[in-house]
Amino acid sequence: MEKFTTHTGVGVPLRRSNVDTDQIIPAVYLKRVTRTGFEDGLFAAWRNDPGFVLNNPAYSAGSVLVAGPDFGTGSSREHAVWALQNYGFKVVLSARFADIFRGNSGKAGLVAGQLEESVVEQIWAYLESNPGAEITVDLEARTVRAGDIEATFEIDDYTRWRLLEGLDDIGITLGHEADIAAYESSRPTWKPVTQHA
Amino acid sequence: MGKTLAEKVWDEHVVRSTPGEPDLLYIDLHLIHEVTSPQAFDGLRLAGRPVRRPDLTLATEDHNVPTLDWDKPIADPVSKTQVDTLRKNAAEFGVRLHPLGDIEQGIVHVVGPQLGLTQPGMTIVCGDSHTSTHGAFGAIAFGIGTSEVEHVLATQTLPQAKPKTMAVTVNGSLPEGVTAKDLVLTLIAHTGTGGGQGYIVEYRGQAIEELSMEGRMTVCNMSIEWGAKAGMIAPDETTFAYIKDKPEAPQGADWDAAVAHWKTLVTDDDASFDKEIVLDAAEMTPFVTWGTNPGQGVPLGATVPSPDDYADPTDRIATEKALEYMGLEAGTPMREIKVDTVFVGSCTNGRIEDLRLAAQILERHHVAEGTRLLVVPGSVRVRMQAEAEGLDKVFIAAGAEWRGAGCSMCLGMNPDQLTPGERSASTSNRNFEGRQGKGGRTHLVSVPVAAATAVRGTLSSPADLVPAGV
Ligand code: SF4
Repeated sequence: MEKFTTHTGVGVPLRRSNVDTDQIIPAVYLKRVTRTGFEDGLFAAWRNDPGFVLNNPAYSAGSVLVAGPDFGTGSSREHAVWALQNYGFKVVLSARFADIFRGNSGKAGLVAGQLEESVVEQIWAYLESNPGAEITVDLEARTVRAGDIEATFEIDDYTRWRLLEGLDDIGITLGHEADIAAYESSRPTWKPVTQHA
Repeated sequence: MGKTLAEKVWDEHVVRSTPGEPDLLYIDLHLIHEVTSPQAFDGLRLAGRPVRRPDLTLATEDHNVPTLDWDKPIADPVSKTQVDTLRKNAAEFGVRLHPLGDIEQGIVHVVGPQLGLTQPGMTIVCGDSHTSTHGAFGAIAFGIGTSEVEHVLATQTLPQAKPKTMAVTVNGSLPEGVTAKDLVLTLIAHTGTGGGQGYIVEYRGQAIEELSMEGRMTVCNMSIEWGAKAGMIAPDETTFAYIKDKPEAPQGADWDAAVAHWKTLVTDDDASFDKEIVLDAAEMTPFVTWGTNPGQGVPLGATVPSPDDYADPTDRIATEKALEYMGLEAGTPMREIKVDTVFVGSCTNGRIEDLRLAAQILERHHVAEGTRLLVVPGSVRVRMQAEAEGLDKVFIAAGAEWRGAGCSMCLGMNPDQLTPGERSASTSNRNFEGRQGKGGRTHLVSVPVAAATAVRGTLSSPADLVPAGV
């Protein structure tokens, strides 16, 4: 995974709450067996609407999505994160994220930063009166800057550390192989198995 | 101080715990399906890593498979590639797979319990948010993303921050005709879709204890719809009776040892939860959704709400958008809403008990003119059991379509989809925009409401039906 320290890019105001993963990418787009090529499915239903924010050329090169509360609810599909990344997003900011979406973002290298709802409102207003304006997201300092607005966002320490270092989770865990083996040797024998010798 | 059920099961699975880091949790069972696994196996291949415990891993084909002509090659080439990829990966990495055509094939959350692989006190994960279903047995079960699927394949563990705990106590008994589905839809309307975020929830109280295992699975299944990390129900005699003699259940002395342990998996009297919600089952009625998330629901006897009913501006806008998408007028009685398609199935309500209930209501009735009814068993075993009991004949006589097993119209990834503007009453778990097909409009309902709606063509409960055969 690439290291993430700070990012500056066009902010996209997505004035919607409860954007579920079926909105981010509908099921029919999930059939690919790679991690790439999902950008076409991103917000597929809304992309047909000329009024949709990404159809405004000022925002179409956006890389920082500023969304309403409860972003990423629903399915566990990591394709939702890949679709955002494949499109070009590096950061999503929202007042609340669904747990699985937040977890997937951290693993895949998309920064999911939690902001006060009032700050989200301010950033929306700023982005809407300055279409195409850039936002700076500093993961080290946990700050977001949009025009005169400067705010701190939340992201858990462990995820932040991994993103800053660009660390592969599996590699870290395999470093604890001895602990895993020790745990396995003490599991009760009646626990079910899917294969029988 | 005592521990909650969730804390007991969690603590039993901690491989490693260090301050400032998430706990490393051991995973007892890893379930896999075709949609969220290909990139994970690719990752293993790239890193040259094996599957650590193929014997704790089980794969099935469900999301993307056809429910018609399932004995023939899959017609959609992209779907076929995804299913073929799973078969190739399972063979290469030594994972047990129940493919289309196999007698154990079906929706992953139906297959685990029916094989007896889902047991109390386990940790169970799957690249699917409705993994919460398995919590009905007193397991900690939750959905994970594909990166985590790869992590579990490689290490049989997951780093996880310990969630908070919540109790949802449902006192009293559900009235006649009110089901587990109505209970959970009522709860979600009460909490909103984000109400459970960050919590493992334990459902308890008389109404929960009185539920069958199928009913408990319906409740736990929808835990994710109000944002909970997982939902659990303490195992009891109902649980043990369900597991006993299932193919992968412990046998003989192992059974006794297992049950002795399972009996300890209850919340201690002096344990405390971070949050508690109390509901009264006796007040519950058939409950249906009107909007585009599972929290937007009302009793069947109510009317479509108006944006003006909400003080919060975000709720008002959400209501306006939902009504527009759903093509509904505020103030319309829910019972007057005309439905084009009724879907009975999914990991929420596609088990044998659900099909029995549907058949019982449909017996000697006919599906309304202009309405179609799709009955999709959750697994091949469920389909065979239903056919052994003659339920398929009841469905077909009533004018329903009787299909093969899979997720089907729950998510419309296979050809079973709504067309734009088409309205469904669905026993599944998500009414998101476009979930069942682009532009499709979904009302989430219980099995009895689905069956009665199919007969009347408008949202209905069995109480609305004129008795058949008189
Ligand atoms: S039936 Fe629906 S909710 Fe259940 S696993 Fe399949 S797609 Fe997911």
